[in-house]
Amino acid sequence: MSVDKQQLLQFLLRQGDNTLVLGHRVSEWCGHSPILEEDIALANTALDLIGQTQMWLGYAAEVQGEGKSADDLAFLRDAWDFRNVLLVEMPNGDFGQTLLRQFLFDAFQSVLMGRLMKSSDEQVAAIAAKASKEITYHVERSADTVVGLGDGTEESHNRMQAALEYLWPYVGEMFESDETDAAMAAAGIAPDPASLREEYEALIGKVFAEATLSVPESRYNHKGGRTGYMHTEHLGHLLTSMQWLQRAYPGCEW
Amino acid sequence: MYAQMIKTASAGVKSREEMTDQEREFQDKIDNDIKIEPRDWMPDDYRRTLIRQIGQHAHSEVVGQLPEGNWITRAPTLERKAILLAKVQDEAGHGLYLYSAAETLGESRDELVKLLHEGRMKYSSIFNYPTLNWADIGAVGWLVDGAAIVNQVALQRTSYGPYSRAMIRICKEESFHARQGYHAIMKMAFGTPEQKRQAQSAVDRLWFPAIMMFGPTDADSTNSDQSMAWKIKVKSNDELRQQFVDQTVPQIEYLGLDLPDPNIKWNEERGHYDFSDPDWSEFFNVIKGNGPCNVDRMKDRVAAWDDGQWVRDGLLAHAQKKAAAKVAAE
Ligand SMILES: [Fe+2]
Ligand SMILES: [Fe+2]
Ligand SMILES: [Fe+2]
Repeated sequence: MSVDKQQLLQFLLRQGDNTLVLGHRVSEWCGHSPILEEDIALANTALDLIGQTQMWLGYAAEVQGEGKSADDLAFLRDAWDFRNVLLVEMPNGDFGQTLLRQFLFDAFQSVLMGRLMKSSDEQVAAIAAKASKEITYHVERSADTVVGLGDGTEESHNRMQAALEYLWPYVGEMFESDETDAAMAAAGIAPDPASLREEYEALIGKVFAEATLSVPESRYNHKGGRTGYMHTEHLGHLLTSMQWLQRAYPGCEW
Repeated sequence: MYAQMIKTASAGVKSREEMTDQEREFQDKIDNDIKIEPRDWMPDDYRRTLIRQIGQHAHSEVVGQLPEGNWITRAPTLERKAILLAKVQDEAGHGLYLYSAAETLGESRDELVKLLHEGRMKYSSIFNYPTLNWADIGAVGWLVDGAAIVNQVALQRTSYGPYSRAMIRICKEESFHARQGYHAIMKMAFGTPEQKRQAQSAVDRLWFPAIMMFGPTDADSTNSDQSMAWKIKVKSNDELRQQFVDQTVPQIEYLGLDLPDPNIKWNEERGHYDFSDPDWSEFFNVIKGNGPCNVDRMKDRVAAWDDGQWVRDGLLAHAQKKAAAKVAAE
């Protein structure tokens, strides 16, 4: 079944912008983490995410067919053209908040990639297969850290609980569905995100129980990232530093 | 270098007659290029000097993340960002590896970090200079890692086994960094006039700090005789500096950039490039803490450590709970 190119492009931008923006956020930690092993692990996570971005946005640029590159998409779009979920653009906060955000996203990716590996679109399946090896490792690591800090000292527990309450309203957006998702599902390219929630809840429920953290009851969620309708104020600042060189010295080779 | 001005703990080189039997046996091993291993007997001064040197080297790798991290969020392409992330990850890994080498001498990583944060240990002077434009990132890889390699290739022959092996492993990665750095600055030097201007600025600012990395001139370098005799130090500061200048000048010329020192000139008779001495008063000022970034670098590192206390405590508490639960279950 053929799929509308614009819809496929939107889908790919959502994938690539998620990993781009989160990779950028994680890279902000460079040299400032609580322990040397974490400096290494955070750099490694950011590196994986940027690698995945190159694949997703590379394919997006190809589908777009305007002769642009992954770099053009990353560095020359304004905030309203970004299609990442709000969760990944949220500020790092303390180390606990960063790792909790990572876990909430890794858990989603681990469920999603399992499905995307069976995508009817060969390139999507190939990217997912490559990414899923990294994601399996990421989710193990972020889950372990969430458990360690949640079930650590009183202070670490309180900080993790506060982080969970802060980030929880941004979880639901990952499971929103719109006509793009419907088109992807119809073409067998990607599952309807809403269909992933049960598996996701089971996964995070187990980890949070072990971490002695209580999942907030509210199901209210912020949204507007994956449609581009309304990002947070944070994204503009992130793009300001990320895109600065390309904007200040247009058309250069780097 | 990454370890500069290491004070050798020693009252001076002993003659064979002055040595005890143990010391003589130790010196014989070194003279015969037999590596000293952690369980072997070694003079206290040898151990102390090595801890200082390896510790300072480790600190340099760690603090060295900061000037490069300064550009990670502004890297101009996805590929450049990935390359820089991978490099910084390597540097942190070098730090870890070197702290482990120091641990084989009986000094814990925590203790070394504490000494650094209290200002009682140092890291390489080079990381107290700022990275101000994107070409600086290329220049750091090319010049700073390049200078480090010159020193560390020599140190592959150092007498202490774990340090020597660390150098062999680290050098491979440093060579890769230097090549990538040169490639990055090449893009700038061969790019638009504005890019070329950045490349020139980077070379002009970083040249003297880079050649300072080798430490003071041999005439002013204290206690190095003992370190040479122990093969903790393998070549003199001036020898290494000359080697670096000789390999780097043609690279600057290839980039089409102006030489950063008007006195750089090929000396047919010596078979080496002549060059100006750096301003050693600047060097000693940086070592004393008065470099452009000393205060901020340490502030960053201490804050990272202090802000991370709750994380380390939390993870430790959890590990202890788990261990206790496991014991209870048995
Ligand atoms: Fe290194
Ligand atoms: Fe280095
Ligand atoms: Fe390096």
